[in-house]
Amino acid sequence: MKDVVNKIVDKYPASVFKNRKQHIVLVDHDTEEPQTITANTRTIPGIITSRGCCYAGCKGVVIGPIKDAITITHGPIGCAYYSWLTRRNKAKLEGNETDNFLQYCFSTDLQEGDIVFGGEKKLKQAITEVVETFHPKNIMICSTCPVGLIGDDINAVATWAEAQYGITVIPFSCEGYKGVTQSAGHHIANNQIIKKIVGTGNREVGKYSINILGEYNIGGDSWEIERVLKKIGYDVVSVMTGNGSVENMSNAHKANLNLVQCYRSINYIADMINTKYGADWLKVNFIGLQSCVDSLRDLAKYFDDPALVARTEAVIAEELAEVQPIIEKYRPVCEGKTAAMYVGGSRALHYQYMFNDLGMDTVLAGFEFAHRDDYEGSDVIPFIKEDADSKNIESLHLEPDEQKYRLFIPREKFEKLRQEIPLNYFGGMIKFMNNGSVVVDDINHYEIDEFIKILKPDIFCAGIKEKYQIHKMGVFSKQLHSYDYSGPYAGFKGAANFARDIAMGLTAPVWNMIQPPWKTEPMLEGYYIKEVV
Amino acid sequence: MRQIAIYGKGGIGKSTTTQNLTAGLGEMGKHIMIVGCDPKADSTRLVLGGLAQKSVLDTLREEGEEVELDSILKPGVFGIRCVESGGPEPGVGCAGRGIITSINMLESLGAYTSDLDYVFYDVLGDVVCGGFAMPIREGKAQEIYIVASGEMMALYAANNICKGVQKYANTGGCRLGGIICNSRKVDGEKELLEAFAQELGSQLIYFVPRDNMVQRAEINKSTVIAFEPECDQAAAYRGLANAIDSNDMFVVPKPMVQDRLEEILMEHGILDI
Repeated sequence: MKDVVNKIVDKYPASVFKNRKQHIVLVDHDTEEPQTITANTRTIPGIITSRGCCYAGCKGVVIGPIKDAITITHGPIGCAYYSWLTRRNKAKLEGNETDNFLQYCFSTDLQEGDIVFGGEKKLKQAITEVVETFHPKNIMICSTCPVGLIGDDINAVATWAEAQYGITVIPFSCEGYKGVTQSAGHHIANNQIIKKIVGTGNREVGKYSINILGEYNIGGDSWEIERVLKKIGYDVVSVMTGNGSVENMSNAHKANLNLVQCYRSINYIADMINTKYGADWLKVNFIGLQSCVDSLRDLAKYFDDPALVARTEAVIAEELAEVQPIIEKYRPVCEGKTAAMYVGGSRALHYQYMFNDLGMDTVLAGFEFAHRDDYEGSDVIPFIKEDADSKNIESLHLEPDEQKYRLFIPREKFEKLRQEIPLNYFGGMIKFMNNGSVVVDDINHYEIDEFIKILKPDIFCAGIKEKYQIHKMGVFSKQLHSYDYSGPYAGFKGAANFARDIAMGLTAPVWNMIQPPWKTEPMLEGYYIKEVV
Repeated sequence: MRQIAIYGKGGIGKSTTTQNLTAGLGEMGKHIMIVGCDPKADSTRLVLGGLAQKSVLDTLREEGEEVELDSILKPGVFGIRCVESGGPEPGVGCAGRGIITSINMLESLGAYTSDLDYVFYDVLGDVVCGGFAMPIREGKAQEIYIVASGEMMALYAANNICKGVQKYANTGGCRLGGIICNSRKVDGEKELLEAFAQELGSQLIYFVPRDNMVQRAEINKSTVIAFEPECDQAAAYRGLANAIDSNDMFVVPKPMVQDRLEEILMEHGILDI
């Protein structure tokens, strides 16, 4: 297998070869030192990458799903339009909530004249119109590239609007060119949520109060997770940010524990809440039956209440009884098949648990915008070298809040619990994978082609940018960003949906009928002669 | 049609020099257009006898797409056609983008007629960003003249502008025609400028002496040649006009490193005490 990987990168010019081979790891748990990987560095120009931009991470991922805020994209129209619900992040009104603006798309639609003369006036105008028409309690302003270039002061506009209209207006300087991927945007969004939202509310919370962080309600995921948690008796104070609201997030500091689903996009908030308000965080994974069960048990362990533990087991039994027969029905179709994945900064790990449930091995997995800790675990964080790109993104340095800081469990107990459950700790993807499987960071079009030819996975889960490339090669592809048109996939019922969709895809006869052109026509061949700098 | 861009440090006298120079060329019977590329829109005040010009961008903003050439192009003394690109108020928006927009607008409106002998671009200060380099990009201005004086900062800016010219010389084909000295009466000025220009691989094309007549003409909203045709300073501007009209030395400048620039200053700029 080592030779195979070498053969793929050998085709590259020298400098590209040197770069790319550091992003590829052939998993081997028998090495003396833990394996390392290069991640969160700039993509080589010319390589067909699937990475997104800072704005996509901030507005598209983290801010976009918040339902009781109107998010105005300050820039030309495309950025707003193409980040509008394309992730299938769902939201609905609950209880006595009144505001859900997700069905609308707001943008200042900057034109050439606005670039020349400055866009602040138009932004103020947009805010005024939004306030007059929709009367929102919260407005988010997200900057796009040209706004950063011409230097519109969105912070000043936000201050003006708060004074003018008496509502919350939060500016996000998430110009697309910042950082190396959308990951920079997650960080910027996290910073503002901590600075402006968390800690401002004051609702009384229940005995088992939790937040769910890094869950964006794609295809209804968080509804299914919340259903189970509430059934057990947890008080879900806030979800960040799927089906989320500023109102709920303002009380997030009151929760006793934070559950972290997507570590990459939200670990900053988990850490910052831990520093400022004291609440610990627990790495969970609600994707896959076994991992759901494990996460629920870990969670009960943290609260350490026999009644809660018993209730947890009862709910698990009840849910499994309903779902397991469905999984078992589809499992024979899936069993023994192999999967490859290239998704996000956490999903390529989370879904390996799901495939395991179905008897499938993951032979290749990679992230688009992960950092080294997503691959190697949070122990590696102190050793990650900061570079100019990461230093460019603000890192907040918080102090414990004098009034609101509190520890839910004593530190001795915390240290003991830490040995059993992933508390304030994430193990990373590499540890979970089998010897001989491949981890590829920021995989590109060429490498996908080559790896498919060699590994011949039965399914390659990725996003819209890869889907049709994979289909053309006669391999089933399921989008794990948006779930195509399906979902939810999280939680118990989600696992059943996933098993059904995967079995359906794998048994579709179409994969054997595809005759890609290279099987019938001669292909142009080219040779690498020399590198031109 | 020769398209010429005038650059130089802010406040060095680019607009004054350009307008007096074009008056000299205009007097010779040349057909000229001045495109002011400064958001302050004060590049054509002397030729027009006051700030009588509505800028391209203001017109574009107020009248939308329905801009007529007549409303932005005004003839001044010696039939010199004047356009001000204009731009945002200080501190907002993107003046550089404004210049790009307005030059594109001028082209599509047909301002560049074939009877023109000269088009002058009077560009704000340093080449701070891509927009201000617009006149030398994409084969618009082919000739660059830099207005400088014997003062350190003027030379520093001139050297910096040469870096921009060098960059676009390879892609856009522009060349440096020379350094115009707008004298500040500092020590050894002419020698210093000659040495500086030579180091760049170019020439000091003309030395414009300092004369209060320039100030008097400016106060009267007029070029020197129109205001006091017989004075020495008018003759000097005619000399500059002739020098440019007959110039045939166009080079890709070789900007120097800071140390070398300071050496030249030490060598020529300080008189023995």
